[in-house]
Amino acid sequence: MILIQSVITFLYYLMVAGIAALMMWNLVRSKKWEEEVLYVIVLVPFLLRLFHLK
Amino acid sequence: MKNHVVGPGGPMASAGSDDRVTTAGSEGPSTTADSGLTGGALLYRKLLLAFLGLLLVATSGVSFHRHRTMEEPVVLSSGVTEVKKLSHYFPGIRGTINDCNVYVLEGEEPGATVFVMGGTHPEEPAARVAAWLLAENAVMEAGRLFVVLSANRSATTVTRLGGAYPPDYSIPTDWGQRTFRMGDRWSSPLDQWPDPEVYIHYPSRQYLAYVDIRNLNRTWPGRPKGTLTERTTHAFMELIRQEGVDLFIDLHEAELQYPVISTIVTHERGQDLAAFTSMMLSDMEFKMGMEYSPPTLHGLSHREVGDHSDAVSLLFEAPEPFLDATRGRTTREVLLSGQDEFVVKAGEAGLLFEKMDEAGWPFDVRVGRHTSSILMTFEMWTELNPDRPLRMRGVPRYDEVIARGTGHWLHDPSGASPGRVAVE
Repeated sequence: MILIQSVITFLYYLMVAGIAALMMWNLVRSKKWEEEVLYVIVLVPFLLRLFHLK
Repeated sequence: MKNHVVGPGGPMASAGSDDRVTTAGSEGPSTTADSGLTGGALLYRKLLLAFLGLLLVATSGVSFHRHRTMEEPVVLSSGVTEVKKLSHYFPGIRGTINDCNVYVLEGEEPGATVFVMGGTHPEEPAARVAAWLLAENAVMEAGRLFVVLSANRSATTVTRLGGAYPPDYSIPTDWGQRTFRMGDRWSSPLDQWPDPEVYIHYPSRQYLAYVDIRNLNRTWPGRPKGTLTERTTHAFMELIRQEGVDLFIDLHEAELQYPVISTIVTHERGQDLAAFTSMMLSDMEFKMGMEYSPPTLHGLSHREVGDHSDAVSLLFEAPEPFLDATRGRTTREVLLSGQDEFVVKAGEAGLLFEKMDEAGWPFDVRVGRHTSSILMTFEMWTELNPDRPLRMRGVPRYDEVIARGTGHWLHDPSGASPGRVAVE
């Protein structure tokens, strides 16, 4: 059970990193300020989790 | 998503789905679809937004990091003879965040062995601080006392998600103030994750709420190869078994909408002790109930410690309006005052299991209930077991805590002797 939990946690952090990268890519590509603000706001909790802060 | 693009002929409907298309076929500096910014200005805008986002991550991240790593001093009572780590009893917890301190107070005379646990649910702060008063003031005249202040240390490093609880609170003392971490009911998801769809308790296989796999008071008796929370309760069971603990006391606070409140919950082997304690407290100090631990409800300390060891297990509950679902703001002031007009309203509507008025349930009242309950339990234990007495001095009773404030019994770490300050 602990092994499965560890594997899922590892995959979860990979997904968090992937989605964070996707948000950043969208931020770079976007031309609308509303979307850029949205991407930045959505990115914050992903970074906090990725850096093991919250 | 259809969007507009700017072309040579002016705005027009885009045939594609990409809203990032700009200036197709135009000459000169490129402009954005909706604002007409040049590439350079667009870059500056993105950098500014990214900077603001990183600022948000940094400021909140520093706050979360500080909460997670904040050190809480414990000025050891002269009665503390040793400070052990929990991993002393079960190495499987070594190196984890839950390898907490165990304060040992050897008595001047032989007697029973008692284990008082604070911090099972660190979102119940008076229960934790009441244990703190033991570690900083208690001297055992007869018997042996083990005290834990952060039973689920992981849960002391996070507050309830969405609860808007403060990360810490400060108690005024005679020399300044002492700051403590506010915690959660469950281990931090940073330390134990993911949760299952349904939590199947070990060893009973009873189905419990999924989130309670991180609840220290749903994972007793634990198991050596389980989750962090299960390994923690297993380590405490090892402590209880290896040290031959006779009496186990788990300190808690409860919301007023919870029926198990202002009471002692007891395993069947502690019924006489709990009944005597309840009667004496109700007669001499404050109203205190007594309830039986349900034999078929598993994972809780009052059930499993009694079932899986020779110890008599008790659990004390004090009222804490700060935890009620109908509460108002969750500020540091409300945490200490225990006053909340919304919970008063709930009481007027008959939704509470404990009285609630404008006076509320101040922190000192809640701490004092616990210290007096512990002292009375020791006295009743000694009445029932004169060959294995428990006698303790230095710990204030209910009236004294209310008269002088909890902070009077929290000592200044800067004035303590070297080596007599531990850190939680």
